[in-house]
Amino acid sequence: MPRNKDIKKVLVIGSGPIVIGQAAEFDYAGTQACRSLKEEGLEVVLLNSNPATIMTDKDIADRVYIEPLTVEVVEQLILKEKPDSVLPTLGGQAALNLAMELEENGFLKRNNVRLIGTTSETIKKAEDRLEFKTTMEKIGEPCAASLVVETVEDGIRFAEEIGFPVVLRPAYTLGGSGGGIAHDRTQLVEILENGLRLSRVGQVLVERCIAGWKEIEYEVMRDSNGNCITVCNMENIDPVGVHTGDSIVVAPSQTLGDKEYQMLRTSALNIISELNITGGCNVQYALHPETFEYCVIEVNPRVSRSSALASKATGYPIAKVAAKIALGYTLDEIKNAVTKKTYASFEPMLDYCVVKIPRLPFDKFISAKRTLTTQMKATGEVMSICDNFEGALMKAIRSLEQHVDSLLSYDFSHLSREDLLEELAVVDDQRIWKIAEAIRRGISYDQIHEITKIDKWFIDKIAILVEMEQSLKACAPKVAAGNVGLDKELLKEAKRLEFPDNVIARLTGLDERKVHDLRHEYGITASYKMVDTCAAEFAAETPYYYSVFGSENEVAETSGKKKVLVLGSGPIRIGQGIEFDFCSVHCTWAFAKEGYETIIVNNNPETVSTDFDIADKLYFEPLTPEDVESIVDLEKPDGAVVQFGGQTAIKLTESLMKMGVPILGTSAENVDAAEDRELFDEILEKCGIPRPTGGTVFTAEEAKEVANRLGYPVLVRPSYVLGGQGMQIAINDHDIDEFIGIINRIAQDHPILVDKYLQGKEIEVDAVCDGEDILIPGIMEHIERAGIHSGDSISVYPAQSISEKTKRTIEDYTKKLAQSLHVIGLINIQFIVCGEDVYVIEVNPRSSRTVPYISKVTGIPIVPLATKVIIGSKIKDLGYTPGLQPEADYFAVKMPVFSFEKIRGADISLGPEMKSTGECLGIAKTFDEALYKAFLGAGIKLPKYKNMIMTVRDEDKEEAVEIGRRFEKIGYRIFATKGTAEALKAGGVKANAVNKIEQESPNLMDLILGHKIDLVIDTPPQGADRSRDGFVIRRNAIETGVNVLTAIDTAEALITSLENTDIKKLALIDIATI
Amino acid sequence: MKAFLILEDGTVFTGTSIGSTRDMISEIVFNTSMTGYLEVLTDPSYAGQAVVMTYPLIGNYGITPDMESKKAWPDGYIVRELSRMPSNFRCEGSIQDFLKEQDIPGIAGIDTRALTKILREKGTMNGMITTNENYDLEEILPKLKSYVVGDVVSKVTCDKKYVLEGSGPKVALMDFGAKNNIAKSLNQRGCEVTVYPAFTSAEEIIESNPDGIMLSNGPGDPSTCVSIIEEIKKLYHTDIPIFAICLGHQLMALANGGKTYKLKYGHRGGNHPVKDLSNNRVYISSQNHGYAVDASTIDPEIAEAAFVNVNDGTNEGMAYKGKNIFTVQFHPEACPGPQDSGYLFDRFMDMMKGAR
Repeated sequence: MPRNKDIKKVLVIGSGPIVIGQAAEFDYAGTQACRSLKEEGLEVVLLNSNPATIMTDKDIADRVYIEPLTVEVVEQLILKEKPDSVLPTLGGQAALNLAMELEENGFLKRNNVRLIGTTSETIKKAEDRLEFKTTMEKIGEPCAASLVVETVEDGIRFAEEIGFPVVLRPAYTLGGSGGGIAHDRTQLVEILENGLRLSRVGQVLVERCIAGWKEIEYEVMRDSNGNCITVCNMENIDPVGVHTGDSIVVAPSQTLGDKEYQMLRTSALNIISELNITGGCNVQYALHPETFEYCVIEVNPRVSRSSALASKATGYPIAKVAAKIALGYTLDEIKNAVTKKTYASFEPMLDYCVVKIPRLPFDKFISAKRTLTTQMKATGEVMSICDNFEGALMKAIRSLEQHVDSLLSYDFSHLSREDLLEELAVVDDQRIWKIAEAIRRGISYDQIHEITKIDKWFIDKIAILVEMEQSLKACAPKVAAGNVGLDKELLKEAKRLEFPDNVIARLTGLDERKVHDLRHEYGITASYKMVDTCAAEFAAETPYYYSVFGSENEVAETSGKKKVLVLGSGPIRIGQGIEFDFCSVHCTWAFAKEGYETIIVNNNPETVSTDFDIADKLYFEPLTPEDVESIVDLEKPDGAVVQFGGQTAIKLTESLMKMGVPILGTSAENVDAAEDRELFDEILEKCGIPRPTGGTVFTAEEAKEVANRLGYPVLVRPSYVLGGQGMQIAINDHDIDEFIGIINRIAQDHPILVDKYLQGKEIEVDAVCDGEDILIPGIMEHIERAGIHSGDSISVYPAQSISEKTKRTIEDYTKKLAQSLHVIGLINIQFIVCGEDVYVIEVNPRSSRTVPYISKVTGIPIVPLATKVIIGSKIKDLGYTPGLQPEADYFAVKMPVFSFEKIRGADISLGPEMKSTGECLGIAKTFDEALYKAFLGAGIKLPKYKNMIMTVRDEDKEEAVEIGRRFEKIGYRIFATKGTAEALKAGGVKANAVNKIEQESPNLMDLILGHKIDLVIDTPPQGADRSRDGFVIRRNAIETGVNVLTAIDTAEALITSLENTDIKKLALIDIATI
Repeated sequence: MKAFLILEDGTVFTGTSIGSTRDMISEIVFNTSMTGYLEVLTDPSYAGQAVVMTYPLIGNYGITPDMESKKAWPDGYIVRELSRMPSNFRCEGSIQDFLKEQDIPGIAGIDTRALTKILREKGTMNGMITTNENYDLEEILPKLKSYVVGDVVSKVTCDKKYVLEGSGPKVALMDFGAKNNIAKSLNQRGCEVTVYPAFTSAEEIIESNPDGIMLSNGPGDPSTCVSIIEEIKKLYHTDIPIFAICLGHQLMALANGGKTYKLKYGHRGGNHPVKDLSNNRVYISSQNHGYAVDASTIDPEIAEAAFVNVNDGTNEGMAYKGKNIFTVQFHPEACPGPQDSGYLFDRFMDMMKGAR
């Protein structure tokens, strides 16, 4: 069927801020879809509240609205832009839910707008638990038996009917709180009582427990003619019980015979046909490990994280094809963009093995529970490709950027056999390391399988890696005796299994360089194979590669153009998010425009940068020096860019220089100068720029000495980190001991910095420097006072509360610093302003988190500009007057977004260590409206019940009274703990004193669990000694969906935004016309 | 033990010996299926060929009760890696032992992707697997060039007829090297299936008064099956409904004056899209063929193309005019591969009912 010509203008809805469970994969899908729609000559209107995305670029869509994703906003946007169609299947659950609301309230029908991609009936059939069950029953597809209950008695009756164990899931609680698995009646009663209390609607789902079954997924496509294909299937190494987003996943499935494979494939096609889906769909199955019995766990009638993974694993562009199908094309009319010969109506065949490992945030949330459950906790993921499973697993491990490089990286050798067996039963992010240790101890496959339910095929693969460790270790005595000790065959096999040189060196006792040289002497080097969708059956044109050892190289001849290597930023984690992918992609495009051949190296399957048509060549590889060197040896690039890939890329600078690759832009010495305390102090002194006094230390004793000299409070942090990892404010010696202990838990090659903590306004600047001149698109001011990580602060452009003179000082300092550091390209500087005094607190001679945001709100494309400068252009020649650019006549507010409800046990109070997972933007003609939009975009839609709780530390009480008064004025009823209530009353604000948690009922906890509270303002005291009480309040509030603010400045901003703004009267702004 | 794969063009791959250590010469073909290695090994259509599996990890779930015939047929087996630890609830043994028991020589540990690319670029060619480290290329290459597959149908067909009991329509299945699941697919739909050796006369079949005739898949060059084609001509002229798969499809075309030709490297795998020209629906099919029917060589009054391959436009099925006869190049019986076209057996059932 040719394209539906009635479709002329399409509204594409994005997925909003990055949160756990909804991440960069939707930027990838959305970007691909928008490009695909534009390719067809359609006018594309885009709505997404996330400014860090590539899809919200004016190059990607015709009209770009970075506005909150609410029904009110979409309605206003549709009235303003008058699209004829809405495509909601590429923006995750957020977009799908919005589309459903618009359909159900009749708005779409009234305004003659149709949903394309899928119908509302389809969404309902797939998403509504009951309708889904009925539909599955109709076509004979089994689901796990389940029932929603409202009383404990009903729960017991049903559980006894279907048999224990059962899974309990309270309705409408976040983070799976209150749920669990009950193995008997006693456990059931206990969990169920609690769950019913936690649930806002007093409902709990009781479900047959299928934990321990194999978890298998299929990615399916279907067109309007009913043609169906499966793109690929995937097998979770972790059996059912762990969210697929937190599981180690392999593609294609490894332990399924053709009978099981085809049985589930046929089922998936039946389901997509019955649901009448046109586009992409994901079906998840639980398969009994010892029979052909299976259950359908879930169907996602849209593009998902799994489909991004499937796209990257196979080369099949699911989002692009889904967009074309939405326009009416059938699969046999859409060309396979990889082979350019065949069509989209085929099934990819892999001749390699793909492993995905989730990136979990436990390095950021030290207090959080590491256990993995059905609630996803991962912020991102890495993928690797190899021609054997062991190699793919090893490559994925070292891609994680978590100081792990092998199955030896977490040490469980200290555990007794009993303790180890007990540990094996704990499902957490370190389980494969525990299995490796169990194998080292000689624990049988049967016993490991019995405990973990992981298929023995995977256990054997881990055993093969352990055996290789042992073979390599066996070489150590010979090496110690002065022999080479490592023969060619063993080394060849170790490399085939993707043991990195440094691990081989560690095991054998050889020097790493020696291993490297030995390899080259024996001719053991990496070669590259193509991902071509068809297992080499057809010649493919897409240069998408992965490395293997022991095979022929098939990288195509190069063009003869100058070549640039762009290093990506690896997995999305807190502190290094999608912003750096935005920068890498724009840098790549800019180099391509300048006539360069571009090569991207990255390992993140969720991102736009790893889409096969972004760079001239894509290497899907770990970002370690050895892996990059192999690529460099082959490609011999004319230069490498490291300043756009965050800390991951920056860390490779030294190695690249050793390989003889010129670093384009700011030189490595100057990057070092910004990080090296002494060099940096010299530069500051030379420029006459003040900074908070401080010192460089290695031990806790030294730190305490410096701190006492400076006077508390002080800021303690490791150098060479991003996202403020390990950064803390210490108020006494005890804090220092604790913080240094935490920092040193993570391998630490660099010194620790101790600085005087200044409480002033925090200001941030991104600038392009060509060596002489600078260009500052705008100055950003943080709403929260210094002490809260810049990534977690609300950031406002243009800066509101600083004087013109201060702005000039900032411009002057930026210029001096950029010149002194010989920056060529981007620089990011953070300042603290106290009165008219400006202090520098941090300088990063690279792109930063705020680059996409400031580019979009000022309309100044600083990544392409920086790229041109790197190649040799001058700012003056690029059409800009150097210096600080004129301020815009509207306000833009960047709001951090958190995923606290997903990480049980994580403390949500803000501090110098970054905790947010994403961001959204509010842009408007007035400051208040911009702020309002930003809060709205972050999901804070108030007022609802007009009840709030305040409990603030002593320092904040004065300001709290003022804030309380303003909330009271707009109708809020305030509950407060004793001290806060007294302060409020003394200030003339009506407050109801409530008991603390440990006191008798009714207390704070009862209020929160009454589900009638809009907001908790809880500012914890500084320092390490934070009360358990506050922690419990904050956790419970978050887990029951209550908004919690932990900084008094944020609370002030919120009330400001609420005072004068009406959700019905927001003015929507098209970013593309800025 | 080391093993060597020597191709007709002089390329040599060095790997490890698997299965039998005897020398073998055969035609080398590749299969892109990611599962179903046992079904591939026991598909009689591979008689006279050595198979390369493009998926690198083979043997993961061991040997299960999924054999498509009584034994393994390929002359040789070529893989990247055999799993040392098969794991599946139905696993009865390892593929290593199976290859030894079945006396199939093979080679593992070679770059199967590089090999596949050679076959794709230069076309299917002959090759040898040997464990003799002192092989002499000058002596071997002429032997490889002169190797021809020859008559293989007679090797794979059953010795005598046998019956799968059923209460529904009676189907006569001509076994040119039939996969078990063809008879099973009919039997499961209630048919009483009588399986006949390939060289049974048309008269004998017609005399048994079947409700339908099924022409099976099978190995080799269809144009060499001269005597079978003569019998099929006779079957064509009856009014008995006929459904043919793969070799059967080619033979029916040849019986009606059509021509077949050898594809450069064939279609072998489970991902081939075929389009039903009656409704433009595309189905993903299981395929295993090195020859194809040139639809343009058949008189359009006699038959017209019913299915076409979406990838390369080759013929995938014919509908015979004025006859209850339809034939397909792909494998609706799957095993291994997608079951999407299983509905064709239903179509055959309807045809038999309608003709009664």
